[in-house]
Amino acid sequence: MPDILQIKNVSKKYSNHAALNDVSINIAQNSIFGLLGPNGAGKTSLIRIINQITGPDSGEIIFKGEKLNSNHVERIGYLPEERGLYKKMSVGDQVLYLAQLKGLSKADAKKRLTYWFEKFEMQNWWKKKIEELSKGMQQKVQFIVTVIHNPELLILDEPFSGFDPINAQLIKNEILELKKNGATIIFSTHNMGSVEELCDSIALINKSEKILEGSVKEIRKNFRTNTFTVSFKGNLLGFTNTLWAGGEILNKHTEDDVHTITLKLANGVTGSQLLQAVLPTCEIHSFNEVIPSMNDIFIMKVNQGNEITGTKSNYTE
Amino acid sequence: MRKIRLIIGREIKSKLTNKTFIIMTILAPLLITGFLAFMIKMSQSEKTEQNVLVIDDSKLFKDKLSGNDYITLSYSNQDLKNAVSEFSQKGYSCVLWISPTIIEGGAGAIKLFYKKSPGFGFQTFIKDQLEKIIYENKLKANNIDPKIISNSKQNVKLILEKVNDKGNTEEQSSFALFGFLTGALMFFFISMYGMMVFRSVMEEKTNRIVELIVSSVKPFELMLGKIIGVAVLGTIQFIIMGLITFILTTALSAIFLKDISSQLKVFETQQELVKKNGTNVDFSELEKFDDKLELFDLLKKIQKIDYLEVIICFILYFIGGYLFYSSLMAAIGSAVDSESDSQQFTTPIMISLMVGYFIASKTMLDPDSTIVFWGSIIPFTSPIVMMSRITNGVPLWELALSLSVLYISFVFTTWLAGKIYRTGILMYGKKTSWKEIGKWLFYK
Repeated sequence: MPDILQIKNVSKKYSNHAALNDVSINIAQNSIFGLLGPNGAGKTSLIRIINQITGPDSGEIIFKGEKLNSNHVERIGYLPEERGLYKKMSVGDQVLYLAQLKGLSKADAKKRLTYWFEKFEMQNWWKKKIEELSKGMQQKVQFIVTVIHNPELLILDEPFSGFDPINAQLIKNEILELKKNGATIIFSTHNMGSVEELCDSIALINKSEKILEGSVKEIRKNFRTNTFTVSFKGNLLGFTNTLWAGGEILNKHTEDDVHTITLKLANGVTGSQLLQAVLPTCEIHSFNEVIPSMNDIFIMKVNQGNEITGTKSNYTE
Repeated sequence: MRKIRLIIGREIKSKLTNKTFIIMTILAPLLITGFLAFMIKMSQSEKTEQNVLVIDDSKLFKDKLSGNDYITLSYSNQDLKNAVSEFSQKGYSCVLWISPTIIEGGAGAIKLFYKKSPGFGFQTFIKDQLEKIIYENKLKANNIDPKIISNSKQNVKLILEKVNDKGNTEEQSSFALFGFLTGALMFFFISMYGMMVFRSVMEEKTNRIVELIVSSVKPFELMLGKIIGVAVLGTIQFIIMGLITFILTTALSAIFLKDISSQLKVFETQQELVKKNGTNVDFSELEKFDDKLELFDLLKKIQKIDYLEVIICFILYFIGGYLFYSSLMAAIGSAVDSESDSQQFTTPIMISLMVGYFIASKTMLDPDSTIVFWGSIIPFTSPIVMMSRITNGVPLWELALSLSVLYISFVFTTWLAGKIYRTGILMYGKKTSWKEIGKWLFYK
């Protein structure tokens, strides 16, 4: 798949700090892309630049082969992190207005609105004012506003924050369906579970710099530490003896005669070698490689980054 | 352009469907004219039928006192005691007793007996007549013709004639109060619609909808749409309010000023007569209007005002002043995160408008002073101050200078506001300072 968006060497400075420093990211068409990073890393700054709310100080952004320009606004849907609606305006008028701002004609906007309202079973909300709706209902309206113009690129900033599990699931399903229909989705989140569940690839931003990028599968593979979990029945001592110096036990516990051991193998030792060695001494119940979660990777990389800059600043002091 | 139109439309619709706005638009002129009518009504004495029994023991006033539409006088030689005890049964509302020693003077010489108070207007009506008759009587007793006295009285009017650069003179029909009122009206409208822009901007920011909107339109377009939207709204409101006020005041003046305008006509024909025939005329006819001279003067001034000039200037200055201030208000509205912070930022703007208001009040006393001149050129105060000067006759070059300064300044403030606005609307949770706003100007 070609890239829908190429972010090339984008930098952005505010008066006293750099929000983005030479960030380059490519986002493949029809993928779900996770933009990760701790608070204040620069994610929202980047998202605002893609939405043309602010401009970069240097660098450029290519949208489907063209330099990003104001005509692209209508092909992008945006759900900001700080999101709200006009409290006193009726739901129908509000969505119609926002859809027209995205370039839809009034008639088209009405048609699409009817479609979404039926889909979310909210036909009788049309005349209701936003302030009369519950928070969950408002979130549905916000989501409709984001997708009503059938954008090719959807940008969701912390889409699940504040959503109850039912709405969150609803939105997840919609995201997957939108992808099936050809859309590309970028979302920024702290929820690593949803990253593993939904994202094809990610970029990790920390302290205004990109520190990691790639497909979720690849990244997790690359961060493997040759660690395995084995559950077995049999002689624990015999099991550990067969290990000799080939591995290090990280964790063990026993329940109903079944021992579960997590161990890190020495460099060069493979999982199948381990299995061959221990097979004669015990009865294996399960054997798994421990692949680090995105959560672990996130924490590790961000901490690493902080340590490096931490020592640097200590040094200069 | 389509997007700006959408924004303008929303801005107008959201207010036009707002009940408070509709009620305000209709109620404000009703209240103002209602209050005016009430004041006028209050100032006029109540006209209740008075049937007066006069017991003139001095024998000086027989048939000399005159009644009017609602006051009838009847004379009697009855004993005072009887009269006082019987008057209400006989259908009189009060008894006026004049003592035989009236001409010698002294308190208690005239008494009025009543059951229901006849009111202040009636009392002055009677008192004035009695005083005049006594006055003339005393003059006659000294062999002086009262006509001589009344003809020697003269009201003096100061007529102002301004000499212009070409040496021509023109009579100044300066109506300072009217100028001040239009200036005050300008102050009222600019601050009202400026605040409306301010609130509208702040509402979008505190609602957190603004980020969604600026992902579809440029912040500058959004700001412009708002400012124009409120301007259109203001015009609609202004027209409705103006129409209601016009209809009401026309109706009111038809009711209340009918007498005065007909009196003005009589007065003017009398004046003509005096001009033609000199001092041989009986001045007493003219003299009747002495207490109404100021009112006549006011009426003439109102008739003389060049309304077209005033209205055109008002519109031009309102547009310029509104755009100048509302863009500043939009910039400040974008910097504020909550209602409670807003005071700190709106105060300087309101103060600068107030300064204009005070200079406008100075125009009434001293229309050609330096401060008034500069006040009508500097764009912060010019819309208000120039309006207060307009009826004084302002040289065309001053008008042109003042208007061009105002319009150039508004282009500048709008540009400035745009820069502050697009950063301000996205700043959350940080307490904003003036210094911070200054930095936003330089963000790319």
